[in-house]
Amino acid sequence: MSAFDTVIRLVYLSAATLFVVGLHLMNSPVTARRGNLLSGAGMTAAILATVAVLIADGSVGVTAWLVVIAGTAVGSVAGYVAARRVRMTAMPQLVSLFNAAGGGAAALVAVHDFTHVGSSGLHVSIPLALDVLIGGVTFSGSLIASGKLHGVVPGQPILFPGSRVVTILVAVVMAVATVLLAVGTGGVAALVVLAVAALVFGVTMVLPIGGADMPVVISLLNAFTGTAVAMAGFVIGNTVLITAGALVGASGAILTKLMADAMNRSIGNIMLGGFGTGDSTAAAVGDGGGQVRSLSADDAAIQLAYASKVVIVPGYGLAAAQAQHQAQELAALLEARGVDVSYAIHPVAGRMPGHMNVLLAEANVPYSQLKEMEEINPEFPQVDVALVIGANDVTNPAARRPGSAISGMPILDVDKAKSVIVVKRSMGHGYAGIDNELYTDPKTGMYFADAKKALAEMTAAVKVLVG
Amino acid sequence: MSEAFITDLTVFVLSLLVGFEVISKVPTTLHTPLMSAANSIHGIVLAGTILIAATADDVVGYVIAFVACVFAAMNVVGGYVVTDRMLEMFKPPAARAAASSAGTSGNGSARAAASSGEVTR
Repeated sequence: MSAFDTVIRLVYLSAATLFVVGLHLMNSPVTARRGNLLSGAGMTAAILATVAVLIADGSVGVTAWLVVIAGTAVGSVAGYVAARRVRMTAMPQLVSLFNAAGGGAAALVAVHDFTHVGSSGLHVSIPLALDVLIGGVTFSGSLIASGKLHGVVPGQPILFPGSRVVTILVAVVMAVATVLLAVGTGGVAALVVLAVAALVFGVTMVLPIGGADMPVVISLLNAFTGTAVAMAGFVIGNTVLITAGALVGASGAILTKLMADAMNRSIGNIMLGGFGTGDSTAAAVGDGGGQVRSLSADDAAIQLAYASKVVIVPGYGLAAAQAQHQAQELAALLEARGVDVSYAIHPVAGRMPGHMNVLLAEANVPYSQLKEMEEINPEFPQVDVALVIGANDVTNPAARRPGSAISGMPILDVDKAKSVIVVKRSMGHGYAGIDNELYTDPKTGMYFADAKKALAEMTAAVKVLVG
Repeated sequence: MSEAFITDLTVFVLSLLVGFEVISKVPTTLHTPLMSAANSIHGIVLAGTILIAATADDVVGYVIAFVACVFAAMNVVGGYVVTDRMLEMFKPPAARAAASSAGTSGNGSARAAASSGEVTR
């Protein structure tokens, strides 16, 4: 190994170390940003080292340089502008879009290697086939997931008669093409068939999955991309790709499991799809025939203003209405009156675990006011008013009993509070498609409105009535 | 099976194990930023797309390399910028106001990642 090669390998090693340390620093909100900076520094070093390899090689033509420079510039600008302009509520679908790009790039590395370098044995052809397979699935799957979250593709599970059969057929074709490519007998035909089948499979895999499960799917696809990148590393014999890809593959897998656990869903169950159609399981949960009490803004304002302890329970509805600033405004007003206000954060509130924390932090809610489920649940009996904003299934007491679609899912014990105000657009069901008994509880008042409008009205009413 | 391949495989397996350990300790609050951070780390594929461009010698090869570079650069630059934006939110409000008034609300990692793109020019 020449001195130059040694330096390059050491830079790659440093980059990999920085990725690990960076991820480790994400243990705490205090060091998380530094962790991301370190990771970025490692990335910069690795890319610079790669460029140095090309320069030292000396045989790279002008056209190739132009391709690298133009491609990198276009991608960088597009990524930067999108990341800067995206609203925080739309962030999950952008992450999915970036994930699609990464998967696509990883697959293209394999495609290029196959068509321009040629296979040199099983230790290359096997990862090459896996790279095209995983990269293709993650590319189209992430695009569909992103489309579902953005509302471009319908969020509900899309199933048509025979769709399972189609999926299975595509999977079989994909498996056969993978094997042929891996053993090196299929030629270009196997590559093309595999690429097409993987792209189709990505679509048919994600389409039947409901919008509520998309975070888990995106996390899974993120892990896929990591694995595809590691495979690309095997194909071109580059250690930093292998290390970073494997790191992401493992992290994505763990994160996916944590997300699924928080929703009391198994990953297999989610991937089968069809959840959220509100079918037979609904019958097992009460008859939903109770009376619902409707509140006015003034009623709600008085309840809140004269309470001594208020817990705000933000849910998907708050994120969708982008009402985090209005929630913070109301909370600040109540605090100024001496009310003890905190936020109860369910692990899957918002669109992804931790998404709600990001949204509330954006609205300047102090980190210390955000309480996780295990911390806040024992406090609910002392809470005067639980203000539920656009959260549904995560507050449904039916989860404590067997026999419903959400049985066993960890919930916030909102029903144990002295009184409850629920802000919701309608009596519509949550993702699980079942009635929420909390709404028919005598101590619950319903406030039917868009979260942003409702909170603004309550804030105005508090000011007028008790200002 | 060559020696290089076995070395690569060793690195791969050990990296997987490190990934499992590092991640399982992160609190729920940071899961979304973490997912985004992991997403930007697999942007390392940019190193791969730069290397394949060097072996391209026909139109098909150049097109593949170009598209791959666009995708990878988008992944890496966008990934770091959006992660930094999320993490920026976790700062105390006072510090955030000070930072933005001083005109330094931009983010180092974004620049770091963006500059990696510029250096290739």
